[in-house]
Amino acid sequence: MSATHHEASTQPDLRPGAEIVLRALKDQGVEVIFGYPGGAVLPIYDALYQQNAIRHILVRHEQAAVHAAEGYARSTGKVGVVLVTSGPGATNAVTGLVDALMDSIPIVCLTGQVPTHLIGNDAFQEADTTGITRPATKHNYLVKRSEDLARVIHEAFYVARSGRPGPVLIDLPKDILIKPAPYMEPPPPEVPHRSYRPQIVPDREQIRRAVQLLKAARRPIVYSGGGVINSGPQASELLTEFVRLTGFPCTNTLMGLGAFPASDPQFLGMLGMHGTYEANMAMWQCDVMFNIGARFDDRVTGRLDAFSPHSRKIHADIDPSSINKNVKVDVPIVGDAKHVLAAMIEAWREDPTPPQKEALVSWWRQIDEWRSIRCLAYRQEGPIIKPQHAVKRLFEITRETGRDVIISTEVGQHQMWAAQYFGFEKPNRWLTSGGLGTMGYGLPAAMGAQIAHPHALCIDVAGEASILMNIQEMSTLAQYRLPVKVFILNNEYMGMVRQWQELLHGGRYSESYSAALPDFVKLAESFHAKGLRARTVDQLDDVIREMIAHDGPVIADICVAKEENCFPMIPSGAAHNEMILGPDQEKNAAAVTDEGKVLV
Amino acid sequence: MQRVATIAVLVDNEAGVLARVIGLFSGRGYNIDSLTVAPVDESGKLSRITVVTSGTDMVIEQIKAQLDRLVPVHKVSDLTLEGPHVTRELALIKVIGRGENRVEALRLADAFRARVVDATTESFVFEMTGNAEKIDAFCALMKPLGLTEVCRTGAVAMARGTRHMSA
Repeated sequence: MSATHHEASTQPDLRPGAEIVLRALKDQGVEVIFGYPGGAVLPIYDALYQQNAIRHILVRHEQAAVHAAEGYARSTGKVGVVLVTSGPGATNAVTGLVDALMDSIPIVCLTGQVPTHLIGNDAFQEADTTGITRPATKHNYLVKRSEDLARVIHEAFYVARSGRPGPVLIDLPKDILIKPAPYMEPPPPEVPHRSYRPQIVPDREQIRRAVQLLKAARRPIVYSGGGVINSGPQASELLTEFVRLTGFPCTNTLMGLGAFPASDPQFLGMLGMHGTYEANMAMWQCDVMFNIGARFDDRVTGRLDAFSPHSRKIHADIDPSSINKNVKVDVPIVGDAKHVLAAMIEAWREDPTPPQKEALVSWWRQIDEWRSIRCLAYRQEGPIIKPQHAVKRLFEITRETGRDVIISTEVGQHQMWAAQYFGFEKPNRWLTSGGLGTMGYGLPAAMGAQIAHPHALCIDVAGEASILMNIQEMSTLAQYRLPVKVFILNNEYMGMVRQWQELLHGGRYSESYSAALPDFVKLAESFHAKGLRARTVDQLDDVIREMIAHDGPVIADICVAKEENCFPMIPSGAAHNEMILGPDQEKNAAAVTDEGKVLV
Repeated sequence: MQRVATIAVLVDNEAGVLARVIGLFSGRGYNIDSLTVAPVDESGKLSRITVVTSGTDMVIEQIKAQLDRLVPVHKVSDLTLEGPHVTRELALIKVIGRGENRVEALRLADAFRARVVDATTESFVFEMTGNAEKIDAFCALMKPLGLTEVCRTGAVAMARGTRHMSA
């Protein structure tokens, strides 16, 4: 509480609602907001014009504003902020909000609303935004009095970043933005919220039980997810410390990539539907599983009744509702990943029981056997570029530069190839739409990351179909001179749809061909960017180098093998030990049942 | 194994809170057998929701965890699991009839301790509180006697003894 409060006159300092909004954002440490103006939010835009503390990035579509804020949030650990107008501004943002909800990304989204006296009258650009976004957000608010603005905004930031992070929406009727009211500073952090108080520190007894189980484990595995990333870089360091301390194998979910260094010999790669053979087989055969910050998503578990049938399971999650939701576990631990991991390390050291050293050696021997199948091997033969090879070269060449590289993706085959062939050593460098699977995510996400990290090399690994879903953001890149690189694996198909049609629907490629594509080189040029194309494998490295060297936005159109499939693959409805491997591996395929076909 | 659970939820009495709870149940495919809500403290800042639901133990644990993570939720209590509790429901029951049926309806109402809250020469409105089974039984008896309309509140419930729920 500042002293100036007391010496002021009895009349509190009044200011218009829009100014309160900006002041509250500033006091929450906001430096940048992603937005698009419109009638209902004009007072905020007017206030923005008259200040310098907060930078506004003008996107070209509200969905992209949310994805950009997500990219910003994921790459920094801060809350991403979005500002859009009422009606269509808000409804366009909904996809981004659900995306952030599914992937637990902290976002505060401010939406304009028609003035309070018109709410419910079907006014111009009116939508029931809080009604529409109730299941699309972690929480939302409709502010009905200017006096409540500051308090609600401060609370929204607290809710967005606390516990399991997520998107919070604040609906702001226009009259509330105009009417003056007193400002209120953020409450001091030691004042507890009246009802929302997530458990951060784990229960010691549960930690002790978990360590006991792990000490006795003969075939253990650590399976970590996005929760470790969300907990901050310290959690990733602690995870690495714990895995090295125990000598256990470690696998990451799609959302958890980067939490454990990909180059580490104890890393088994990603698990799940397109995870590695060794990771999935180890999940299937393990006797104790330690899940930290992952949620037993259906992409990870495969058929639930055959999921890791021989193991006792420890699940640490900050969200109690994630525990025992899909998979019944033996030791539930509620807490924040970094606190859980720190406690685990301490308890591991304190527990006098020696780990099962000999059993571990034979477990690793088994894992090495699975590794020897080399499930990610592919043959780059002839002039046509294999998409896997394109990602691998992108990884190798960007690594040579020594620059900090942040990769975003769209959704589909290219996303899985990026996850498989791009090695992440550190957290917050991998931005992908995991839960919702939103095509069009990657370009705006890369944009948001680039704003936060002006000197990083931000690359959107894209498909030619996905990229068209938010292609308008090329214009934003041009306006702010953001040197984002768009690396399109162009196979002229919605590749993952085509792959499923090939494997599950008798090769009937219904509507999955990307017809009438634009010339991506010319398209780049028309958006003031550089356009490059690689048609054959001998052009690939040069194009990648030229793309990286160019100081500005680039679209690199990489023409890849059209009917390449993404393997390994656990077909829907199958178990971890029923993976399909690629044509370059000898192991064989499981048939997809009708029950499996029902699943997505 | 399916079970029925009576869950009490203490929430901020604010716009949209009921929609959040109901939306949670419909969005995730949980059952609502009944649901009641009203403000419960003098200042009107807190409401108590009583929801009767059914599902497997795993689903009911999920329901409680999902409710508990809603921002305006202060407390979630599984009365069925936590011990003995009393459950009551209020019903208004309209019976239209003349002659012998009318006399019989009144006699049965008396036996069930239903109160007459409205009467005309050819109708009664009975008020009845009790658990759901008692009201079901009474309605079944009234059916041949001219039962025409039933309005029920759904269950409210509270733990027996000194155990209590507060924010």
